[in-house]
Amino acid sequence: MERIFKGRPVMPGNASGKAVKSRQGMNTLASFQKSVLAKKKTVICSDQNNPDLYGKELTGKVICLPKTIGSTTGGMILQTVAEMGLGPLALLFSEPIDSLAAAGVILAAVWNERKVVTVDGLGEEFLSFVQDGMSIDISEDGTIRISDTSHL
Amino acid sequence: MQLTDEERSILEGAKGPTLRKAMESVVLYGETFKAERLVPMEHAVHLVTSFGIPMLTPVFSIMDELIQGGIKPGKPFTVDPRPMDFKNVPCSLIERLVFKKIMYGKQEEYERQLLATGLAGEDAFTCTCYLKEVGNTPKRGDILAWAESSAVVYANSVLGARSNRNSGVIELLCGVVGKAPHFGLLTDEGRKASWVIDLRTSKLPEAQILGSAIGMKVIEDVPYIKGLSRFLGNDITDDVSDYLKDMGAASASNGAVGLFHVDGLTPEARDEGEKLILPQSQTYVIDDAEIERVKAGYPVMWKNPNAKPALAFIGCPHLSLHQLIAWVSRLESGLAASGRKSLAVSTVFTAAPQVVKAFKAQAELYERFVRTGARLSSICPLMYMNNPLASKKAVATNSNKLRTYTTARYYTDEEITAIVTGGK
Repeated sequence: MERIFKGRPVMPGNASGKAVKSRQGMNTLASFQKSVLAKKKTVICSDQNNPDLYGKELTGKVICLPKTIGSTTGGMILQTVAEMGLGPLALLFSEPIDSLAAAGVILAAVWNERKVVTVDGLGEEFLSFVQDGMSIDISEDGTIRISDTSHL
Repeated sequence: MQLTDEERSILEGAKGPTLRKAMESVVLYGETFKAERLVPMEHAVHLVTSFGIPMLTPVFSIMDELIQGGIKPGKPFTVDPRPMDFKNVPCSLIERLVFKKIMYGKQEEYERQLLATGLAGEDAFTCTCYLKEVGNTPKRGDILAWAESSAVVYANSVLGARSNRNSGVIELLCGVVGKAPHFGLLTDEGRKASWVIDLRTSKLPEAQILGSAIGMKVIEDVPYIKGLSRFLGNDITDDVSDYLKDMGAASASNGAVGLFHVDGLTPEARDEGEKLILPQSQTYVIDDAEIERVKAGYPVMWKNPNAKPALAFIGCPHLSLHQLIAWVSRLESGLAASGRKSLAVSTVFTAAPQVVKAFKAQAELYERFVRTGARLSSICPLMYMNNPLASKKAVATNSNKLRTYTTARYYTDEEITAIVTGGK
């Protein structure tokens, strides 16, 4: 089964990857800091308050979420993990993007030429439909195609 | 976005590549939020990035570019607290090594970068830059581009200044171009409340738990809090300022609150009252049971949940002078009750360097504080706790922000007083 959703491309680009879903806001600092500080080769979410993401790999994933929350170091952390090659492949927001995530993807693009493909405003139905492990194709115009291949 | 001729020329590179990238970042940031223009900033910035973690290479590179280009914000700025204080915070030799050589190996170099780009001075390290002793205190209506979440929510809510919850680095770049994009909490519309908090508790709730409950519910929306001035009154006294500081910090870290209004108390709520509430607002009722439910939901991250605390941190965000003074009597009463002469748990109180100086200047009070065995520092407890060795310790705190980002365990003021004075 394939479903198509359309949002606003904040950082436009084409990308394909596997979904990781957070039903609540993702706390960027709490999620990334432990693996980054421990110099891990891949980020495992360390946010104890997020049962959806806690303990899951975030590097190279398409993170589907309502927004990011928490410390205002969040944007800088996103920029850093993007620069280090540890960032998510893409961020897909069901709601309008928040100021911290927006800053992170903009800083990474302008100062480090690293693009984290970002689409926002995809709606609640998008977040209800998408599940961990589903395959997601993102087009430059903000079109999202989701295939349920999580059982494969 | 409508740009002035000067802004456009900077964006086109007329003043060099570094300012071009700074302007491009600020403009893209504003366009993402449909800002129609940039507005001049009337007040100094406050940076969130105070720590020289070696892997933050993008930050150090930007600072280097600014220094090489002779570019700095127009006004001297303040920054969050330092991550290390070996003199006043207990640290083993291994911890010192980990902090100095690994965790914050770039600290000295980064502090040199901060001073070269316009840091207000060696004492400009605190998350409570707005306190009068520190002096980076905006007035009502001032346009800011701040980042530290607890400072943003205080400046917006208690002082009536206007700052978005900017990310680290973006706030510096706004300072460099001297302008902030006009959107969100900078606009009248963006300061309207989409949540009504109906506080029905039988007594004044712990500020840290009330803020946490509000943050987790409204996330980044603006709450209008009814029922709190029953307990706090209608004037922002020292006690009230301290309460709102701690409540705001918890709402900003447990959610992403950048502004709250308290009916009859905070400046805009006093002037505009319920006109600040949007027509389609939602309501969140908080009663005694809800406060208990929220507190009971905090996970205990200690390896041994029954461990005796090895260390306690009080002051995240940093304590005001008024709070520090209040803690002296609280500790003495706790010790009198437990029959001890000094604290049972190594306890670090944290405050801005200028507040520490002002406290030490009150020699009699400071002497009583020292006699309890308490320690006083201007460290950032959160940065201390990021040390993997520190995170293995059973650390107690009365800060919901510290609880959220680290393995520290939250206790109310009353509970932590009993613990550190040996009464429990």
